[in-house]
Amino acid sequence: MARLTEENVRLAREIIGRYPKARSATIPLLHLAQEQDGYVTNEAMSHIGELVGASSAEVFGTASFYEMFKFEPVGKYLINICGTMSCALMGAEELMHHAEERLGIKMGSTTADGKFTLERAECQAACTEAPCLQVNYRYRYRVTPDQLDTLIDDLSAGTLSSEIPAHGVVASVRQHIPADRGVGAVAPELVTENPVWLDGKAAL
Amino acid sequence: MTGGTWQHAPGFYAGDRPQVVTSRFQYEDSYTLERYLATDGYKGLRSALARPASEIHDEVRNATVLGRGGAGFPAGNKWGLMPQGVWPRYLVVNGDESEPGTYKDRLLMERDPHQLIEGCLIASYAAGLSQCFLYIRGEMALAQERIATALNEAYAAGYIGKNILGSKFSLDIVLHWGAGAYVVGEETALIESLEGNRGMPRLKPPYFPAANGLYGQPTIVNNVETLANLPWLLNNGAAAYTAIGTATSPGTRMVAVSGHVNRPGVFEIINGITTFRDLLYGDEFCQGIRNGNDLKAFVPGGGSAPWFTPDQLDLPFEASQVGPAGSMLGSGAIMVMDSTTDIPRAALTLTRFYAHESCGKCTPCREGGTWLERILSRVVDGKGTDADLDQIFEVGESICPGAFPHASNEKLGIAAVPFPYRMNTICFVGPSAYAPVHSALTLFRSEFDARIVKRTMIKVTAVSE
Repeated sequence: MARLTEENVRLAREIIGRYPKARSATIPLLHLAQEQDGYVTNEAMSHIGELVGASSAEVFGTASFYEMFKFEPVGKYLINICGTMSCALMGAEELMHHAEERLGIKMGSTTADGKFTLERAECQAACTEAPCLQVNYRYRYRVTPDQLDTLIDDLSAGTLSSEIPAHGVVASVRQHIPADRGVGAVAPELVTENPVWLDGKAAL
Repeated sequence: MTGGTWQHAPGFYAGDRPQVVTSRFQYEDSYTLERYLATDGYKGLRSALARPASEIHDEVRNATVLGRGGAGFPAGNKWGLMPQGVWPRYLVVNGDESEPGTYKDRLLMERDPHQLIEGCLIASYAAGLSQCFLYIRGEMALAQERIATALNEAYAAGYIGKNILGSKFSLDIVLHWGAGAYVVGEETALIESLEGNRGMPRLKPPYFPAANGLYGQPTIVNNVETLANLPWLLNNGAAAYTAIGTATSPGTRMVAVSGHVNRPGVFEIINGITTFRDLLYGDEFCQGIRNGNDLKAFVPGGGSAPWFTPDQLDLPFEASQVGPAGSMLGSGAIMVMDSTTDIPRAALTLTRFYAHESCGKCTPCREGGTWLERILSRVVDGKGTDADLDQIFEVGESICPGAFPHASNEKLGIAAVPFPYRMNTICFVGPSAYAPVHSALTLFRSEFDARIVKRTMIKVTAVSE
């Protein structure tokens, strides 16, 4: 639980290199830290500050604004049940009560075995498929209480681990810009001329 | 070829209508480069590069591609607002879809990421933008994976990067992950977040993105759906684009209808002419209200929009008619409430959302939103008083001074107050906390009154000996 690993520092440098200013990489690097440890540690925030040229307080200032970053351990599976209008109209409250009873915890808390965290979430952009939920940001649509039970059984048994990675892993695919294809980010103050293709002629 | 729905595009129904942005949804592998290239992919870019950039800008301007994020400002005109001779200029793609009721950008990113990428390339070429940042909502893991894969494929194939397709046009597109904050969908907050800060909106002026955006440079912020229109536009021309829809609302629009309908769904509709009645009751759309119930109310344009009742069903999906009627089209999201709906509780689910999502920068929103949520909760729980209902209007007045827009209602004998409103906040989050409760109270007052604890004066008589 600590600073970013060597491999993650290499990834962090690659990500920073895509932006005209290093600070822009703060949020992607926070995701990287959360992927490494399951939550964002103080040490990781100091390390990110060193990498992007900010104080650890500034990094925490940014991190604490965003819902997805957790500053203490959460369950391996974070279950976010949407409670905004379309889902509420279609039975989200009932689903939340059911989840609380099934797992024996209240919304916003984690099971004793560290496996599940329950959260009430706001609109997840799946309104036609209400009520919906996400497990580590992977969707389940039109969820009935019975389906929720099955989902929890499957997660407990580990049968969904290929589809749903542990909390912290957002995307299992990363962008890589090949060195020979990338244009490269330039600090804005170093750009003084118009792009070459704006010369009134066709580019091809 | 167009009918039906598919397991791989949950909620989407094609119907028998023109498809500008959803034509590939029918294919299970619609997100791959292979499928994209087999279905006219990157042809629009190639034809764009064969013409001077200014001509492409004119083509987009002539097509009047309206912004699909909420404000509805024409993209071509937006690009034209950047000051001349100031470099570099940036493109920031707003993929932070999170307005309650809205479900379209996520589908476009998951199902057809190359179409969005081609749109970004065309826009950057036309408007002379040096770098593009795709800001994707953090909670959308699949969209991020699909876009990351598509970007990697497109770089390798020479569609992005240095000297694209062997031309003098070069562009990097960077995938940026958000981390969960509704307010970041506001364009200046999006820029703040992209600079590595808390996503709080900036004051306009001076921070109009077109002049003073990312790193203080001219910046275009466009919605995902807006950019997804560009490949089709380049392939078919502005005349074909404006032939769909109306003069003021050309093309198509992605609309999500959710709530108490028989078939909730996402539809690409013909802009400007499709009415709310078509959408809610039409066979090719939602097929009526569930269980044969009556319609009570609907939100026409995302959680921020004032509500409509059956009186407004015959309005078309056209901003110039919905505005005077007291609401807005916003992000193309309709939420439907049938006769069984508990109106105060429904309003609370939205007001709570905006109170929760307030960034805290403006006092009327930070305090007002919370107050509205608390007062409304009290009323919903049967603990409210008459004074609480008056106070809702007072708090609302402090967020939005003056008359707040609402729909007309024949039964209640009230006339519409047109959209928009005045506001004491930098962005729309504060007013959006007020909109649902204001609509609910104005149009369904009796449901609130029925829940109020009536306090009667007790006559106290002095007891004398």
